[in-house]
Amino acid sequence: MAELKKEDLLKAYRTMREIRDFEERLHKEFATGKIPGFVHLYAGEEAVATGVCMHLNDEDRVASTHRGHGHCIAKGVDILGMMAEIYGKKTGSCGGKGGSMHIADLDKGMLGANGIVGAGGPLACGAALAAKFKGKGGVAVVFFGDGASNQGTILESMNLANIWNLPVIFLAENNGYAESTGVKYNVPTPNIADRAAGFNMPGVTVNGNDFFAVYEAAGEAIKRAREGGGPTLLECKTNRFYGHFEGDAMTYKAPGEVKQQREECDSLKIFAAKATASGLVTAAELEAIDKEVAALIDEAVEKAVAAPNPTEADLLTDVYVSY
Amino acid sequence: MSRKISYKDAINEALSQEMERDGSVIVLGLDVSGGSGSEGQKSDAWGGVLGVTKGLSLKYPDRIIDTPISESSYLGAAVGAAACGMRPVVELMFIDFLGVCFDQMMNQAAKFRYMFGGKAVTPVTMRTMYGGGFRAAAQHSQVLYNVPTHIPGLKVVVPSTPYDAKGLLIQSIRDNDPVVFMEHKALYAMKGEVPEESYTIPFGQANVVREGKDVTIVAIGRMVHTAGQAAASLAKAGKECEIIDPRTISPIDWDTILKSVEKTGRLVVVDEANPRCSMACDISAKVAQDAFKALKAPIRMVTAPHTPPPFSGALEDLFIPSAAKIEAAVKAIL
Ligand SMILES: Cc1ncc(C[n+]2csc(CCOP(=O)(O)OP(=O)(O)O)c2C)c(N)n1
Ligand SMILES: [Mg+2]
Repeated sequence: MAELKKEDLLKAYRTMREIRDFEERLHKEFATGKIPGFVHLYAGEEAVATGVCMHLNDEDRVASTHRGHGHCIAKGVDILGMMAEIYGKKTGSCGGKGGSMHIADLDKGMLGANGIVGAGGPLACGAALAAKFKGKGGVAVVFFGDGASNQGTILESMNLANIWNLPVIFLAENNGYAESTGVKYNVPTPNIADRAAGFNMPGVTVNGNDFFAVYEAAGEAIKRAREGGGPTLLECKTNRFYGHFEGDAMTYKAPGEVKQQREECDSLKIFAAKATASGLVTAAELEAIDKEVAALIDEAVEKAVAAPNPTEADLLTDVYVSY
Repeated sequence: MSRKISYKDAINEALSQEMERDGSVIVLGLDVSGGSGSEGQKSDAWGGVLGVTKGLSLKYPDRIIDTPISESSYLGAAVGAAACGMRPVVELMFIDFLGVCFDQMMNQAAKFRYMFGGKAVTPVTMRTMYGGGFRAAAQHSQVLYNVPTHIPGLKVVVPSTPYDAKGLLIQSIRDNDPVVFMEHKALYAMKGEVPEESYTIPFGQANVVREGKDVTIVAIGRMVHTAGQAAASLAKAGKECEIIDPRTISPIDWDTILKSVEKTGRLVVVDEANPRCSMACDISAKVAQDAFKALKAPIRMVTAPHTPPPFSGALEDLFIPSAAKIEAAVKAIL
């Protein structure tokens, strides 16, 4: 915690709270039937996106996943635009054309959530290659799940990034499940990070529910990448609190599994306990953030619901730059 | 005996009956059982993402095989196993994921027989879900059945009803060539008469869904039903549409299509896919070439526009061909 100042702690908490409230609100709104399409919630995994993205600036690129809301918020994508996008509105981040699975903001270095599992690996290699040519120390992070860790694109990208010494961080978000399938079935090594040895890169596994553990490990990896030291495979072990997508009954989880995780591994509770114990921030300061974030999420939903739909004039646009 | 069941249950029943009959039939795919390696329910936790294979892992625990998210390797493994005596049914969750594993379908499964001088047999069935209407956006809503159709060596099946789904799936599994079996996600809940006993529907036999003398409408998959709505509305105005459902697009029953156009002199093709290099183009070109003299008006194609599928419902409803657009196309040539 040494290098983190009070304002950093408050910023980290705000980001994690924004992600949590955004997702919990979506869970409620989805149940009313007002939200179209497939929605994958990031609740439970906040410390991962936050601990990584605190080290990044807008020039650094992030390639995200189908479970992308947390990465977007942590990378600074506008929450009002995100909510409107999820409602399919014209005012959304992508004009209603992408939806939950495709939120992107290239100005913020967010290369997009992604509907294709494992697709971010090659994209991050490309972003890192571009950063290398620019020569300003930019890095790229690809977030991918335990399930995605078995996709050829991810494994090929690990090889590519290492032979080209690219500034890429392979950020494995191991939440124990790929849809309904447990990581024990899908991955033969005890840790996903064990695979790093096969590519001759550092592989690290940390508690992904502990912001401080993620922050520290990501900081080292990102620093190494910025300085030309090449890629790292960083695995964050975490939990998702909701179904694979909204509507999933989660029978593949043990009775009480999520309840126990919510009690013992809640990244916000862990953060609040450690941060207040440090003496740098007070419980009252965190509560003040809770209130502000709650108001922001209310505003986001209200505005999204009230916003106009795209119209027929939007149907044929945005396919090409010129045609 | 026949009873009404859903398209989804018809597919499930076809799989179950073929697995019962033939021990070399195995089913592979993401979460086709579900729960493998989990802390809770360890089998049949999902039965496929939309429950199409539900219950099968309880009946055939060793032959319903969950796969890692490695489409290239597990689809390819099904192809390899097929070339070595098994009869795999492999599920590609969404046709959009074809991009991840296309080589195994296009350069391996499709080509073995020809490249090896007619010696290889690759009886693999590749089941996959296609189509719009779920607000699933650009990477989970594409149609793409024209892509495997382009490739010699692959057969492509596009059932529009529960009856056809069951009979064509059983035929696909028994067929000795690689088959791409396309299931429209918006049809799973549709119910229809389906015999309990096992039966097959031969490939290359179109179904004349509705007879009429004024215009031929060739429609594929879910669009058969949209065309039906348009035809019902046009019937009120005294216009008689003949609707043809090819049911399989490779091979395709040209005779039935050509004969119908000879009779009506007019053709509208309804295809949910993007228009370029599409089934709509393919069918139109064949009719223009072989039945040109019978045509009394230009051929019309009703398709999605040349854009990716949009997310917003307001846009997707405009994107997918509608009954109103089909009706307008018919009126324009009558
Ligand atoms: C190429 C591809 N295959 C399959 C899917 C369907 N799918 C979406 S998410 C998912 C599970 C991903 O698991 P994991 O990588 O662990 O991420 P998590 O959902 O746990 O965040 C699957 C199989 C897909 N979107 N793309
Ligand atoms: Mg996972």
